[in-house]
Amino acid sequence: MTDGKGPGRGVPLIDGIDKVTGRARYTADLDHRGALVGRIYRSPVSHGEILRLDVSRARRLEGVVAVVTGEDCRHPYGVLPVAMNEFPLARGKVRYRGEPVAAVAAVDAETAARALRLIEFEVRELPAYYDADSSRAPGAALLHDNKPDNFERAVHHVFGDPAAGFAAANLVREAVFDCAEVNHAQIEPHAALADYDPLSERLTMQSVSQVTFYLHMMLARCLDMHESQIRIIKPFVGGGFGARVEVLNFEIVTALLARAAQGRVLMELTREENFLTHRGRPQTTIRLKLGLQSDGSITACECEVVQRGGAYAGYGIVTILYAGALLHGLYDIPAVKYDGYRVYTNLPPCGAMRGHGGVNSRHAFEVLLDRMARELRLDPFAVRRRNLLSAPTRTLNDLMINSYGLGECLERVERASRWHERRGRLPAGKGLGMACSHYVSGAAKPIHWTGEPHAVVNVKVDWDGSVTALTGAADIGQGSSTMVAIVVAETLGLPLDRVRVIAADSALTPKDNGAYSSRITFMVGNAAIDAARQLKQLLTAAAAHKMGLQPDEVECVGGTFHALRVPETALPFADAVKAALVDRGTLTAKGTFTCPPEAQGGKHKGGAVGSTMGFSYAAQVVEVSVDEATGQVTVDKVWAALDCGHAINPLAVRGQIEGAVWMGMGQALCEETRYLDGLPAHASLLEYHVPTSAESPPIEVHIVESHDPYGPFGAKEASEGALASFAPALVAAVANAIGIDVDMLPVTPDRLMEALVARRRQARLRALGGQRP
Amino acid sequence: MRDDERPVPSRRIVRVRLNGRWREDAVADNQLLVDYLRETVGLTGTKTGCDGGECGACTVLLESAPVPSCITLAVRCDGCSVETIEGLAVGGRLHRLQRAFHEKLGTQCGFCTPGMIMTAEGLLRRRSAPSDAEIRAALSGNLCRCTGYVKIIESVRAAADADP
Repeated sequence: MTDGKGPGRGVPLIDGIDKVTGRARYTADLDHRGALVGRIYRSPVSHGEILRLDVSRARRLEGVVAVVTGEDCRHPYGVLPVAMNEFPLARGKVRYRGEPVAAVAAVDAETAARALRLIEFEVRELPAYYDADSSRAPGAALLHDNKPDNFERAVHHVFGDPAAGFAAANLVREAVFDCAEVNHAQIEPHAALADYDPLSERLTMQSVSQVTFYLHMMLARCLDMHESQIRIIKPFVGGGFGARVEVLNFEIVTALLARAAQGRVLMELTREENFLTHRGRPQTTIRLKLGLQSDGSITACECEVVQRGGAYAGYGIVTILYAGALLHGLYDIPAVKYDGYRVYTNLPPCGAMRGHGGVNSRHAFEVLLDRMARELRLDPFAVRRRNLLSAPTRTLNDLMINSYGLGECLERVERASRWHERRGRLPAGKGLGMACSHYVSGAAKPIHWTGEPHAVVNVKVDWDGSVTALTGAADIGQGSSTMVAIVVAETLGLPLDRVRVIAADSALTPKDNGAYSSRITFMVGNAAIDAARQLKQLLTAAAAHKMGLQPDEVECVGGTFHALRVPETALPFADAVKAALVDRGTLTAKGTFTCPPEAQGGKHKGGAVGSTMGFSYAAQVVEVSVDEATGQVTVDKVWAALDCGHAINPLAVRGQIEGAVWMGMGQALCEETRYLDGLPAHASLLEYHVPTSAESPPIEVHIVESHDPYGPFGAKEASEGALASFAPALVAAVANAIGIDVDMLPVTPDRLMEALVARRRQARLRALGGQRP
Repeated sequence: MRDDERPVPSRRIVRVRLNGRWREDAVADNQLLVDYLRETVGLTGTKTGCDGGECGACTVLLESAPVPSCITLAVRCDGCSVETIEGLAVGGRLHRLQRAFHEKLGTQCGFCTPGMIMTAEGLLRRRSAPSDAEIRAALSGNLCRCTGYVKIIESVRAAADADP
C-alpha cells in the first residue's frame, strides 16, 4: 500500500466478503423476531380534501396493535428547512395517488393487509394536474395555498451580458428538449425497523438511509422527542443513488407505529410502493439558446428549465438551482441567463438523483452544442477545446475551480475511440457521438448550516494495537468505508487490514452530513487524514522515544516503525502503541474538514447551490448501431474518461464510473416513469425497464488525475460526474448514424420510428413535389 | 368472501436437502421458497427485490438449476436439493465465484450479489467455459443497479477461467 506517493493500488471493498457470502445484513435481514408488521394505507385519489378517515374497524381487528393517521403527527417535515410541507401521513388534503394516509402495525402481514381493507376514507376530489403546464396555467387550483402559480420556486439568474454575447455570435440557435422522469430503482426495496422502548422512552431506528443525521433530526421533530432519545443505525444499504438522501415518509411512519405499539415494527415496502415513494429525477423541459462564433467559442447561453416536481417540496429548490448553476463550471462562458421553474403537480414527489439537477440541462447543452458544431463544420472535440477553462479560476456565478482535467479527458477518449479515423467511416447505421459533463465533490455549504465542520472523523488506537475509524458517513455500496480505511492506513503507514471502520451508528460515530452530493471522499477523506495525522504524530514520538531517536528520524512503513538512517532498527506498530498509551491510555483523535467561506458560492440568492471545493470532469464517446427497421438503438461501446483528481481506490473508481455511465444509458435509452391519471403505469421492474446485462455495452474507463490541491491525496468525486455526458453522447451518435436529431429522452424505438417515418414522409413529399411541373 | 372467512392454508412436512443437509419443516401450502429460507430457516442471504419474478435477487439453485425463489412454492421443493449463497463457501474457503466477485468488484451495494452468484453458478454447472455472450444472456434476468454489469461479467469470466 505505502509507496510514498499516496494510495493508488486498487483494493476490494473491506466489506466485500460479507456481501459475496450473503452474511451482509440489510434492513429486512435484521433480526426482527417479535416485531410487528407495518403496512401503509395510501390515497386512492390524486388530489382531494379529506372529509372522513375512520380507522376504528381496523383498530378493532384481532391482531392489530396500532393504527396511526395524520392526527399522530402534526409537524411537517422535509429536507430543506425553508420548504418543509409534507406530513408523514396526510393531514387535511391528499395531493397524489399513493400518498400515505394511515398505517397499521399487526402481528402478521395477513392481518395488517386485512386491517388496511377496513379503513374508511372519504375525500372531496379537487382538480389534479399531471404536467407542469396545466399546473401553472392561470386559474389552476393551488396544491399549497402559500405557493401561487403552483411554483415551488422560480429562479432568475443573469451573469454577464447575454444580449451582447448573442450579438457577437456568428451562429445562434435555440431548441427545446424534453427529458422523461426517471427513478433510482435501487435493487433493495425500502425498509425500516423501529424499536421503541416505553420504559426508557428511547427509539432505535434502523433504516435504508443515505443520511442518518437527517433521519435522526426529522424523527425527533415529528415524534416530539429529544434527539438524545433516538439512536439511528444504518445496516448494509442496497444502493441509494439519491433515493434515500431525504427522510422518507415510511421511515417516520414506522417510528410512529413503533411508539404507538410500544414495541418493534418492521416496515418493508413493495416495489410498487418504492415507485410511489419516488424522489427521482423530474420530467424536465429545457429551452436552450446558445451563441457561437465561427471558431466554436461560446459567446452566450440562455436557458429556461421547467421541472415537474410532484406534490411536495422535497429537494425541489436545490434541484432547480443546480439545473442553472451547473451550466457553469464546465466551459468558459462569458454570459449566462437562467430561468428555472419548479412546479408542483399531483404526482409522487421528485427529489435528488445521481447527478442531481445538472443532468437534464447538461443534456440539452451538449446536444445543441453538437448540432451547432456540425452546422459550423467544426469537430465536436475541437469545439470543446475552444471553450476550456484553466484552473484555478472562479466561474461567473462565483464557483471555485481548483483543478481541471477536462482537456486530458478529451484527449483520452478521442484517442481510445479512434474518433478521427473512424467517425464518418463506419458502416451504415453506425455512429459515434461525444459529450462532456462535471459534478461537485460535495456541496460546500451544507443544507443545515450549523457552523460545525463539514466532516468529523474519530480514529481510535487501543492497547490491542487495533486502529478503528469511526465515521457517520453512510456506505451505501459506493465503497466509502473502504476509502476511509485506505486513507487512514496510508497516513499511518499500516497494512489495510489493520484498520477497522465503524460507520453510521449515531451512538458510536460522530455526526456526518451523509452520502449526498458526492461529498464523502473529499470531505470525510480529508477529515480521516486529519485524525490519522494527529495519531501518527503521537505514535511516531512514542516510537522514536522508545528507539532512542528523534521523531523525524523514524517512519512507519507496512506496520513497522523504522529508523530512517538505519532501516534494520525496527519497532513493531503494536509496541509503539503500547509506548504511546503510557500515561495516556486509549488514544482517540478527532479529525475535521471545513470548506472555507470563499468556497461556499456567490452572494446571489441560491448562490450556495453548485458550490464545491472541487469539480470532477468527464468526457465520453458512445458508439451505437441503429436499426432503421425497428428504431432500436444498440450501444456497442462506451469510452469514458473521468478526472477524479486522484484515484484513492482505482478499482472502486472504475466501478463508480461504469455504474454512472450505465445509469446514464438507462435514462437515455429506456427508463421512463408513466402515469395514467396519476396512477403509476411503470411501478414494477418489468414496466420500468432498466437495462439488463444482455443490453449493456462494454465500457472502457480512463482515469484522469488532475491532483486537486484541496482533495485528500488530490482526490475528487468519481460517482456522479460521468453520468450526464452519456445521454447527449448517445443522441449525437444517433445523429451521426442516421442523421436524425432527437429532442426527447429516452430514445425509445417508438420515438425513433416516429422520426424515421416522418423523415420518409418528408422525402416522399419532396419527391412528389419534384415531379410536378 | 368476507375477510374473516379466508381459509387457513394447510401445512405439510417438507423434506429439503438445503445446502447439502436434509431437513424437515412444517410448511404452509402457500409459503414461498424465499420466505421459507428467510423466515423459517433464517438464511437471509437470499433477497427480495421486487413484487415477484422481476429482478432475480432471490435466485437459488433448485436441483442445480437457478429459480426465482419468490415465485416458487416451498412445498414444490419437497425431496429436492436447494442451494443458497450461504452454502457456497465450504471449509473456510470462498467459492471461486465469491472470490472473483469480491476481488474484481463484481459487487458494490451487494444486494443483487447472492442472486447473481447463484445464477452464475447455475450457468457454470451447465457450461464450464461460457462465452461472454452466454454469460450476458444467463444473467439477463438478474438486475444490478450499481455496476453496469461490467465487473459482474468480468467476475464470472474470471471464475469460469479459475479452477473450480
